[in-house]
Amino acid sequence: MFGKLSWAAVPLDQPIPMIASGVVALGIFGVMALVVLKGWLPYLWREWITSVDHKRIGVMYTLLAMVMLLRGFSDAILMRSQQALAFQSPGYLPPEHYDQIFSAHGTLMIFFVAMPFVIGLMNFVVPLQLGARDVAFPTLNSVSFWLTATGALLVNISLVVGEFARTGWLPYPPLSEIAYSPGVGVDYYLWALQISGVGTLLSGVNLVTTVLKIHAPGMTYMRMPMFCWTTLASNLLIVAAFPILTATLAMLLLDRYLGFHFFTNEAGGNVMMFMNLIWAWGHPEVYILILPAFGIFSEIIPTFSGKPLFGYRSMVAATMVICILAFMVWLHHFFTMGAGADVNGIFAVTTMIIAVPTGVKVFNWLFTMFGGRIVYSVPMLWSLGFIVTFVIGGMTGVLLAVPPADFVLHNSLFLVAHFHNVIIGGVLFGSFAGYTYWFPKAFGFRLHDRLGRAAFWFWIVGFYLAFMPLYVLGLMGMTRRMQHYDVPEWHPWLIAAAAGAALILCGIMLQVAQLVVSIRHRESLRDETGDPWNGRSLEWATSSPPPAFNFAILPNVEGEDAYWGIKQHARDQAHSNEEPEYEDIEMPANTPTGVICAFFATFMGFALIWHIWWLVIVGGIGAYATFVVFAWRNETEYKIDADEVAKIDRAHRRAIRAHSDAALASS
Amino acid sequence: MGVSTRCRRWAWRALVGASPILLTACGGVLDPKGPIGTAERTILIDSLAIMLAIVVPTLLATMGVAWWFRTSNTRARYLPTWAYSGQLELIVWAIPLLTIMLLGGVAWVASHELDPAQKLASDKPALEIQAVSLDWKWLFIYPDQHIASVNQLVVPAGAPVHFALTSGSVMNAFFVPQLGSMIYTMNGMTTQLNLQADAPGHFAGMSSHYSGDGFSDMHFEMRAVPAAEFQSWVDATRRTGPVLDAAGYADLAKQSTNVKPSLYRDIDPALFHKIVSQELPPGPGPRAEQ
Amino acid sequence: MSGHHSTAGMDPNHIGHAGGSGPPSHAARAAGSKRVIAGYGFWIFLLSDIIMFAAFFASYAVLTDATAKGPSGRDLFDLHGVAWETACLLLSSFTSGIATIGVWARRKSWFYGGMAVTFVLGATFLGLELREFTSLVARDAGPSRSAFLSAFFTLVGCHGLHVTAGLLWLLTMMAQVWAKGFRPDILRRVLCFSLFWHALDIVWVALFSVVYLMGAGR
Repeated sequence: MFGKLSWAAVPLDQPIPMIASGVVALGIFGVMALVVLKGWLPYLWREWITSVDHKRIGVMYTLLAMVMLLRGFSDAILMRSQQALAFQSPGYLPPEHYDQIFSAHGTLMIFFVAMPFVIGLMNFVVPLQLGARDVAFPTLNSVSFWLTATGALLVNISLVVGEFARTGWLPYPPLSEIAYSPGVGVDYYLWALQISGVGTLLSGVNLVTTVLKIHAPGMTYMRMPMFCWTTLASNLLIVAAFPILTATLAMLLLDRYLGFHFFTNEAGGNVMMFMNLIWAWGHPEVYILILPAFGIFSEIIPTFSGKPLFGYRSMVAATMVICILAFMVWLHHFFTMGAGADVNGIFAVTTMIIAVPTGVKVFNWLFTMFGGRIVYSVPMLWSLGFIVTFVIGGMTGVLLAVPPADFVLHNSLFLVAHFHNVIIGGVLFGSFAGYTYWFPKAFGFRLHDRLGRAAFWFWIVGFYLAFMPLYVLGLMGMTRRMQHYDVPEWHPWLIAAAAGAALILCGIMLQVAQLVVSIRHRESLRDETGDPWNGRSLEWATSSPPPAFNFAILPNVEGEDAYWGIKQHARDQAHSNEEPEYEDIEMPANTPTGVICAFFATFMGFALIWHIWWLVIVGGIGAYATFVVFAWRNETEYKIDADEVAKIDRAHRRAIRAHSDAALASS
Repeated sequence: MGVSTRCRRWAWRALVGASPILLTACGGVLDPKGPIGTAERTILIDSLAIMLAIVVPTLLATMGVAWWFRTSNTRARYLPTWAYSGQLELIVWAIPLLTIMLLGGVAWVASHELDPAQKLASDKPALEIQAVSLDWKWLFIYPDQHIASVNQLVVPAGAPVHFALTSGSVMNAFFVPQLGSMIYTMNGMTTQLNLQADAPGHFAGMSSHYSGDGFSDMHFEMRAVPAAEFQSWVDATRRTGPVLDAAGYADLAKQSTNVKPSLYRDIDPALFHKIVSQELPPGPGPRAEQ
Repeated sequence: MSGHHSTAGMDPNHIGHAGGSGPPSHAARAAGSKRVIAGYGFWIFLLSDIIMFAAFFASYAVLTDATAKGPSGRDLFDLHGVAWETACLLLSSFTSGIATIGVWARRKSWFYGGMAVTFVLGATFLGLELREFTSLVARDAGPSRSAFLSAFFTLVGCHGLHVTAGLLWLLTMMAQVWAKGFRPDILRRVLCFSLFWHALDIVWVALFSVVYLMGAGR
């Protein structure tokens, strides 16, 4: 009846996961109780859970990322404290537990923090920047989000029911094969990623179509803001790379479930094929994450320098070159496999070539600041922190691309330090920068400034304290994923790294405080005009938060000038006393398709993990039926009357006029 | 401490300006004891130096520009529309391109010179060692000496060693940081590695690819000894200890952690071949105990 | 600001649109370009699907000699059965084209007829494939026999699963047209379905050549 599932799957005898999950369960229960008691549930269901509005979905993606960041970071604290304690002692986490923690940390941080964070920002911002009313396929967008949430949920269920993978964040066979990992941990990993991977792929299809096909009139490709370009590149990579991940994980699943022999030791299986396939996805994945971050910085640096982006065409070219080269470098993840000097040499050179367009970007940001009037806002602080940190991380990355250097540094803490250097310094700083920058657009009020600054400084100091020691440890020959060690020289460095993690924890707590304080003081932080930063692209031409339809009148983008002019013109249109002729607007209707589909997918994934076959069938039929019911709807859109549009738009215009009058009076 | 002074002298020579870090890195890859490790350290330092030559000015320029053009600096020029310069674009593409051409050349040449499969030039014959990673210990087979050891590797100093490596279960990587070049071990496949210890000494060796719960204890001690001492070690080993046959190997292939070093006085000469060809089945994994 | 509906159809993505003619209203744009956008997006999805097949093709190419002393393609493949499968599938592409013509002409009988024949041909294809699979398993050449057979069953089976999903979709589309008629959103789905069905044909042609023809000739 319940497959492999029994009470033995719940680790009642292990205090740490039980306490952790108890706290999480209490938190979830508390939030749910609050929602029900306050009577917010109908509102949440109507306006958020079933929403197909790209802005709301973007916000939910970002929220998911931030919650999962807390989970992934608590794993990081556990790891750093274990390694700080485990000198000539077993520490407090036994290997079978420690191994789950580092596997879950990597999986969560890449798939359920970094990915939803950048996808959330792209979802929220890109249609606004393009001057569109929504993405190409709004309902599909909702499905994508909820499938991602399903994956995150499954990973977290593994904390309480059963176990998570003990194979690292990429389940290299044969360790991940049934012979060496007979438990359900790898299955949790695989099904969580297969389900969320479908969501990511669909989101990629959606955003590619949006950027290429849905524009305000006159928004030609070479007038798109840089963030739209990097979104395009990133999502093209998703469309091209995620199917490889799906196929690879499917092969591993077939090995584990049906006795196939893709990667087994026996019957001709080939582990090298797994490594090639997983990195044929894995390396583009790195650029899927970093390219949107590049785009975010390319929006923020011009805004706070009061200048257009330097070398726009160069930046576009660099983005697309990175997009293509991303697929030509995967072998550098296993130079130490002994593939031979020619193969290693070729992949070393292709890897280094990627540093060229990346270097171009850094120089162009530098020249964007040159001759500017730089405002040291919080997003700008993150951007500057990014440039410095990312350049260092990029440098160590190119160092690892030199095969003989990699031969002694591969799999060491030097490698760990390198990729945290680029992922935290690049993707996460970019996400935080974007979060601070676009928060007022999403909610109508700014985030508290001083708490944001404090969080930034704790983060960046903590980051260097946590990861510079890891570079040293790597050079000292410490390999990654060690549960304990006996080398006295390593110990002080690991204590320093743990102290760095503690500082980052302070930074994260300050960010939580920042959010709470900002919500409480939202009236004094209110963004009246919709343009709190004197921004340079179309999203700042509408109100904050934007109406469901984004723009009362689609902005007409004219002339050959850069998007600053586009925005000025659009604002002039919106600000002029002469009222446009408002029209009815048809918007896609909200639908619970996404959340119901994900509901069934969750059960299906859970049932597949535990071999509860009848539930798999129920889940599959349910998910399919959801789509059929969706397809049977007669009303797919709802109409917003021209009067309503006019009312909303007039309020926005009044606010802007009041603001400019006030500015005039004070000067 | 002799080691520490030597490190310090070397660190000054390297001119990397990060001497405090390097000082403490003794015992690691910056303190090599063989030709491969030394060459790899040189490549590492050279590549770093080439990149620092561009990275340091870039970082200084970034911070300088960001500071100079702050809003409150009234002396800074404001160029609100300056967004393109053909000459600058050319330079912006050229600088990284030239750096990478130089570094790419270094990488290409070095990856050929330091290919792990390449035999080391030496007037002495290479010692043949077959290394097998098991759950979770290392088996070293000396085919010409007909002996084997677990978690203990003894080699003659000053003579090249050729390793043929495979895995008896999951993937691992063989790595002695002070000698250089790690290489993966994989079931059903053989990888090649050539190393040499210049002088007698003790070096820490490990698995540098995560392989499961017992991974952290999967390290071994490598001893480089004078040639005569090596021969007497071989002779002594041949006189004591058990024989490693198929049954003994099957026992060894079972999962065990924190395995003490041990020796075998005699081996099946085809043992390594049988492991690679899977005539001897791969390790049973955790299910063996159930 | 209103009007100018004509521009929407001419230039749905507004490349080169430099103002002057004024923007079309959203409603007009939507009506003109929704079909284009749906087809475009679905085609991108199909490309991603083809990349997934490429990964399975790659794994098949890598493992094709990893027979673990078991049978190879030469020992196993029966080109007669495969030829019938190919005929069914290619013909079904043609009949699904007829169904599409029926849609264009708003002729329900052509649509139902075309779709029904497509379904029969697709189901026959699946039946033949299943027969091949069961006979292989019966001859101790199932997917667990060797890495080569794992890759073979996965590659061909993945295509088979796509055909199965396609048949389910086909029935759903017939039911939708029956219940709702030729509504614009349903027409877009029929368009996507026919793209899907033709793409499966393309994949099969590659599969037929790489797996069966090259395999049997080895």
